[in-house]
Amino acid sequence: MNSTENPVRIGVYVCHCGTNIAGFLDVAELAAFARGLPGVVVARDYKYMCSDPGQELIKQDIQEYRLNRVVVAACSPNLHETTFRNAAEAAGMNRFLVQIANIREQVSWVATDREEGMAKARSHIAAAVRRVAMHEALERQYVRITPRVLVVGGGIAGIQAALTLADAGREVILVERQPSIGGHMAMFDKTFPTLDCAACILTPKMTAVKEHPNIKLLTYSDVVSVEGSVGRYTARIRRRPRYIDEEACVGCMQCIEACVFTRPRFPNEFDQGLGYRKPVYVPFAQAVPPVPVIDPKTCLYLSRGKCTQTCVQACGERNAIRFDQTETIEEYEVGAIIVATGFKAFDPTPIRYYGYGKYPNVYTALEVERLLNAGGPTSGELVLRDGRTPKRVGIIHCVGSRDKNYHPYCSRVCCMYALKLAHLVKEHTGAEVYNFYIDIRAPGKGFEEFYNRVENEGVRFIRGKVADIRPASLVAASAEVAGGGNGQSDPPTATEAVQTATPATSPEAQPAQKPSAAPIEPLVVRVEDTLLGEVREIPLDMVILAIALEPQPDADEVRRLFGISCSTEGFFLEKHSKLAPVQTANDGVFLAGACQGPKDIPDTVAQASAAAAAALALIDAGHIELEPNIAWIDETMCSGCRTCISVCPYQAIRPDEERNIAVVDPALCKGCGTCVAACPSGAAKQYLFSYEQLDQELEGILSYV
Amino acid sequence: MSETSEKSFSPRIVAFLCNWCSYSASDLAGTSRIKYAPQVRMIRVMCSGRVDPTFILKAFALGADGVMIAGCHPGDCHYIEQNYKTLRRYLFLRRMLRQVGIEENRLRLVWASASEGPQLAQAINQFVEEVRQLGPLSWSQNWQENGQRQQALQAIVQEHESALEVLEK
Repeated sequence: MNSTENPVRIGVYVCHCGTNIAGFLDVAELAAFARGLPGVVVARDYKYMCSDPGQELIKQDIQEYRLNRVVVAACSPNLHETTFRNAAEAAGMNRFLVQIANIREQVSWVATDREEGMAKARSHIAAAVRRVAMHEALERQYVRITPRVLVVGGGIAGIQAALTLADAGREVILVERQPSIGGHMAMFDKTFPTLDCAACILTPKMTAVKEHPNIKLLTYSDVVSVEGSVGRYTARIRRRPRYIDEEACVGCMQCIEACVFTRPRFPNEFDQGLGYRKPVYVPFAQAVPPVPVIDPKTCLYLSRGKCTQTCVQACGERNAIRFDQTETIEEYEVGAIIVATGFKAFDPTPIRYYGYGKYPNVYTALEVERLLNAGGPTSGELVLRDGRTPKRVGIIHCVGSRDKNYHPYCSRVCCMYALKLAHLVKEHTGAEVYNFYIDIRAPGKGFEEFYNRVENEGVRFIRGKVADIRPASLVAASAEVAGGGNGQSDPPTATEAVQTATPATSPEAQPAQKPSAAPIEPLVVRVEDTLLGEVREIPLDMVILAIALEPQPDADEVRRLFGISCSTEGFFLEKHSKLAPVQTANDGVFLAGACQGPKDIPDTVAQASAAAAAALALIDAGHIELEPNIAWIDETMCSGCRTCISVCPYQAIRPDEERNIAVVDPALCKGCGTCVAACPSGAAKQYLFSYEQLDQELEGILSYV
Repeated sequence: MSETSEKSFSPRIVAFLCNWCSYSASDLAGTSRIKYAPQVRMIRVMCSGRVDPTFILKAFALGADGVMIAGCHPGDCHYIEQNYKTLRRYLFLRRMLRQVGIEENRLRLVWASASEGPQLAQAINQFVEEVRQLGPLSWSQNWQENGQRQQALQAIVQEHESALEVLEK
């Protein structure tokens, strides 16, 4: 449109990006090529266009050469489009008269043949030049932001993010799926490397959440739908019935005592099934909110309709027990969302040679955390299932991590928590502790020192992957009958086992024949000690599997709910791994904690604070600028066929019956452009992606200059 | 591009990438330094639903040997469901291409999420190789030389007329 009034004057800027582009492409030649394109007044190449001097160059040229269009041939528009739009605007140009030609991500980094790369770069530049000539000045669009943040997940990440935002005076809705907040951290005993107790540092924060006037805590709830876009989301939250009125309950726990089940007899999920609970229970003593929950599957009244309801009598006048509670849906308007849904601990059952679930003395690290925890099922006493105290304990590292069959990535925290458990086991029981590791990764503040400390405490380290765990009797039997399978299908043969029984003085050389006083027999671990270069067999009373951190099983559904992506391993994908680590492709959605990838508590807290700050920066601006790429209908060309209405998923287009045309509501249009492609008469148009602009881009790209 | 002999034939391919998934996938392929065939030139659109079938026909008319559309996986569309509309148009357009004498395999629809840089690169390589096998398009020449395609055109005209007859009744 402008082009008819003023002649198009384009400046083309080819970025070297250090050697990222210039190391592969001849940038000077590209600039010379651009100079010959129609409408181009000036073309330059420069070391770093995005740097201050680079932007200054563009600004000066805009004024000196009276440029009215700018093309920057550089990195992806996702990185610096805004930078160059700002620069153009600062020089008095409309910010939407800028176009980026991506010659880094799409050319210099991916092409192998220089000539082919040059041809591709030329065609991308030609396309951008042709396209930008068709650009028109547009106004910036703004929407108001609802100054409220939804935090999804009440682990340490969600707690930290919620508290940071609430302390800044913003309203927070904190949603947690479980009956209590606290997440995995609440299950832990001590935290590495300082060994401060998890509960001591977590519970004050949990209480602060409950007491904060700016936080609305919704436990036992989940998000069912999110509508709208950045700045104005509508989240619908399902509140599952806990059958106890949170307002009326005072947390006296008398209902639990009064329950007709006199002893706890159902496995407590929070204790990993090692401890027991009643149908009415709190998952752990410090639960927040301190309100019991009734499990409808095990409660006699809720499952069978027959019970004397001693709990109701115990509750008395408070009348907090409400068997008639049903699921409700609540709706909240929020401006930003922080996703902090955490991780799932890897289930080692599929790794058959570790025998988890088969041999009772093989535990996961999370189970051992519960055993060591003073609030756990054994009140902090580390005992085996048969009540004995283990004398020889092995910790197997990288269970499910760094393993192509399960998760190829390193779970980052296992080495350190394994060292912590080694220390705690030794401290609690005085047992001999073995670590079977591939590499010890201790790359944090005070981590290496902690490793040294644990090593000095006499914990043994054996470098090698454990191949097999068997009960001692089986090993002894198979040693006698060479090749006797004994129902074990695992590959190592018994003959090897005999050879490796070294006559060394170390205790593992002695056969583990602590005879059958105890009902559960000890285990023998076979491992290749790669530092000694031999296979060893080590008898143990207890094996702890340092299990991986993996994405939540419903991560894919959650990701769709919030319109974000997952990386290949299934954790949520950040917008940029270095420069936007808490942002996502969906502008108002931020990430915190292990849902983005395995991380320890310090990193989680740091990231959660960062996510809170990013959300704060967004909502405190009061309004947000929208891309102006929405659709509009040219009234003079619209025939009123309503094709556009049928393809719009947002009901953003409605018919104007009187004039027999369609009208786009700019507040509802999200700018996909599907209606534009569908319109048979060319009446539907899209700013920044008009027919003419894309058509010229196509012509440019196929001009093969 | 003067050489079009089979050995040195380097196809001209245009790819329309949706901003949210596929363009990010191409960015990821770039930052991961995954090398792929350079013959594919990229055009960014906000959604694969923006890809007007006329762009594809125009691309062929301008000398493209193949056209690729890349969007978010079904169910993952940033705009809820617009990639399904792309899928519909794509299937329809392939039939139409066949009718006008263009091998339908010169048009390809690919789903690539933001994390699928390697997959996108692989899909591009595969497509480039397939188009290379098909050879240059040279659409206008084919029209004149190939009598069968003239028949195909007549069949379309007949079909159109019979459709109109039905309407008149």
